[in-house]
Amino acid sequence: MTGYILKRLVSAIPVLIGITVIVFLIMALIPGDPATAILGSYATPENVERLNRDLGLDKPLVQQYFIWLGNMLTGDFGTSFALNRPVLDEVLERFGATLVLAGTAFVLCSILGVFAGVVSAANQYGLADKTITFVVLLGISIPSFFLGMMMILFFAVNLRWFPVSGMWPIYGDRSFGVLLSHLAMPAIALAVVATGVIARLSRSAMLEVLRQDFIRTARAKGVHERNVVWRHALRAAMVAILPVLGIQAGFVLSGAVYIEIVFQWPGVGRMLVDAILKRDILLVQGGVVFVAACYVIFNIAVDVAQSLLDPRIKT
Amino acid sequence: MTAFLPLLARNRLALAGGIVLLLLVLLALVTPLLPLANPDATNTANRFQPIFSEGALLGTDHLGRDLLSRLLWGTRLSLAVGIAAAVIAATIGAAIGIVAGYYGGRTDNIIMRGVDMLMAFPYILLALAIVAALGPGLFNALIAVAAVNVPFFARNIRGITVGIANKEFVDAARLAGLSNTRIILSEILPNVIPVIVIAMSTTIGWMILETAGLSFLGLGSQPPQADLGSMLGEARSALITNPHTSIVPGVMILIIVMSINLLGDGVRDALDPRLKSGALSRPMAATRIDRKQAPPAPAGTGLLEVKALETQFHIKDRVYRAVGGVDLHVDKGECLGIIGESGSGKSVAALSIMGLVASPPGVVTGGAAYYDGNDLIGAPYSRLRDMRGRNVAYIFQDPLATLHPLYRVGDQLIEAIRAHRPIGRAEGRAKAVELLRDVRIPNPEKRITDYPHEMSGGMRQRVGIAMALANDPDIIIADEPTTALDVTVQAQVLTILDDLRRSRGLAIIFITHDFGVVAQLCDRVAVMYAGRIVEEGRTADILGAPRHPYTARLMACVPELGGGKRRLEAIPGLPPVVDRLPVGCAFAARCDRAHGDCRKGEIPLARDGGHAVRCLYPESAAREALK
Repeated sequence: MTGYILKRLVSAIPVLIGITVIVFLIMALIPGDPATAILGSYATPENVERLNRDLGLDKPLVQQYFIWLGNMLTGDFGTSFALNRPVLDEVLERFGATLVLAGTAFVLCSILGVFAGVVSAANQYGLADKTITFVVLLGISIPSFFLGMMMILFFAVNLRWFPVSGMWPIYGDRSFGVLLSHLAMPAIALAVVATGVIARLSRSAMLEVLRQDFIRTARAKGVHERNVVWRHALRAAMVAILPVLGIQAGFVLSGAVYIEIVFQWPGVGRMLVDAILKRDILLVQGGVVFVAACYVIFNIAVDVAQSLLDPRIKT
Repeated sequence: MTAFLPLLARNRLALAGGIVLLLLVLLALVTPLLPLANPDATNTANRFQPIFSEGALLGTDHLGRDLLSRLLWGTRLSLAVGIAAAVIAATIGAAIGIVAGYYGGRTDNIIMRGVDMLMAFPYILLALAIVAALGPGLFNALIAVAAVNVPFFARNIRGITVGIANKEFVDAARLAGLSNTRIILSEILPNVIPVIVIAMSTTIGWMILETAGLSFLGLGSQPPQADLGSMLGEARSALITNPHTSIVPGVMILIIVMSINLLGDGVRDALDPRLKSGALSRPMAATRIDRKQAPPAPAGTGLLEVKALETQFHIKDRVYRAVGGVDLHVDKGECLGIIGESGSGKSVAALSIMGLVASPPGVVTGGAAYYDGNDLIGAPYSRLRDMRGRNVAYIFQDPLATLHPLYRVGDQLIEAIRAHRPIGRAEGRAKAVELLRDVRIPNPEKRITDYPHEMSGGMRQRVGIAMALANDPDIIIADEPTTALDVTVQAQVLTILDDLRRSRGLAIIFITHDFGVVAQLCDRVAVMYAGRIVEEGRTADILGAPRHPYTARLMACVPELGGGKRRLEAIPGLPPVVDRLPVGCAFAARCDRAHGDCRKGEIPLARDGGHAVRCLYPESAAREALK
């Protein structure tokens, strides 16, 4: 097992390098030079040239890439000019907040999605199935940012159940309960779309499995239908569901950008949008590479979980 | 295509989605012709007018602009951008996918590595990076959304292309000396286009959401021009004071995406052949029972007595009579063989007894199965479940498919016991080891932690038998348990079953198409054809002097060891399709002894002592006449 994990980690290295190349190339496409963007359009040519030299932008592209990559490997992601702060510090702090939000949403959508899918499949064409199918369709059609806004309007403004926005109150203590009350709405709004997708897929994976011969065997043994569905069928269906959970984690992370804007959540997505609007290139580069790398690692964890789930996968 | 449209129309939700979408597209097309206010004309004196106010049906926004006009122009823009992004992504993605799939080898490898790399990103990061590089703007957002969806199309289309590139007609084109470009354009592309169109129709909704999202973030369309996303983004600051400015564009996005999703689902369902045949429906916990008549009373001839059993498959408006009135009985310590070709209804008859026929589409439409005098057909699920495995156990044909692939065999054995009586872990383990030893699996302490895929076919089938024995049942129904095994393993498995029958007094119903197995194991045998028993009696009698022509022909198909060279008589023709059974004898069409009256009416199963036959001109009678 350890060998397998190591093997997967090693195989991720080219992917990680590829990610840095892609990000670097996209950023190299930027029209005009970053120095002008930093200094503003009234900067003197001498100042622009000096800043370009300081940033190493006068060197050839390949050399620039390796300097940037080498610096990142030593933990130096550069300095955000807009925030005047090391990129890595800012990204780490913001990523923590995103992790709380996206992690909660991911757990929510995994549990609810699989549960809804199983119930739907077990009652195929029944009332529960039709209701779930319709709600799911609604869920995957509504833009998460619009849903978030409507939730604020209804649950925060009208009913006053939850605070309107933010991660912590401006004054007062930072207890777990306070965090939870701030987290509830954005996490649910973020989870809705992924829940729908997971529920759909779980339903069809379950229907596929429920027709298999080993399900008939379980019934012939006298296993109760409840266990046939929740143990035998679900266990086998998880083999198909788990990779989808991995993919949906990426979508939850993506959706977090909108939710962080709507709910003023101090996460990495909001940071990236601000950085783009301010043309804070180093912060964008560092943030994208860091989050993408975390996602790659997460997917390795999914693969490992898959091999634990399915003994037929050779490790 | 002609069959496709009515199918789509039958799905009412898809039809509704299609109509709504069509109306929206038409509305977007005629928007410039409508008498609307200028969507960009600000009038700060009239800001935040409510819905239904004079001169502004949907009110005005924070700059006093007419919301209805902005909504329609915004819808037009959002639809256009979403569809454009889908077309661009599909075209580029399909081109990449076709090249990778057609050329294969290193080209394929390099391209797909790149595609995997792009898919390793959460999509928004890539889109944000592209917008960051190109700068905010609707066209740049369109490029970003199209770019992040290219890998999805490339991967899908590559898969399809690989399948087509190896087909004969492509080889033929190559042999004919056509250039690669010609082959791609004339042979590959026409076959791939439907897939591209379907993939596109299911992603347009998603693309509209994504571009609206980028605009919402302020990275898409720039003021004063507005698509639905940027309308929502601008309205956000007035969400609490003037919610209608947010609700109007938000609901429009919801309607657009929902109608596209409904239509897309309908298209997908209409094209999925498995949905049409009902093959994707979930079998219920027990077979559906729908008996039109009260079942016949038990005659008290054995431990298990099947009376006039009828099981049908209802698929669409067709009715397949898989089992058409079967009587069977088996007593303690007895082995009954059921023999017949594939599709003769022997498995379905056996599965009907404990309600294990997949339903839908299976329905038991008549008859009874008495266990110890109590009818199992129509018994409540709780009683049926309680008796499954405990009183009547099954052994199935292919043990790789019939054992759960993800549970250890020991756990599957313990579960079989636990389904009927509570036992602890240690006791369960001990019992599992004992069961494996009973079926002569060497080293059972070690093997209980094996997964099914780690065992050989013969070992797996022994596990299947051990599982059937777990609760000391009175009856075992073995459905071709040796068909998937090679001859030596088959002999071992048969020996195990025969020993168990003698030592435990088990009743066995053994389903097979192999006369050798019947001769070795069974006391009595029933021959089935087209869902009915055509001959039944003691094994020796039937094997010695078959009376039904079908039995005789079936036995003539069996090669004999050391019997010298002889012509093996294959039976001409095929068994009748059970949704269109002929009147009279179902075998008449293939029988060389059939007379006119064979095709006239119901032929009864005529009993003569222990030997019953359903034939007007049985074999031995003819033979006697010859003598």
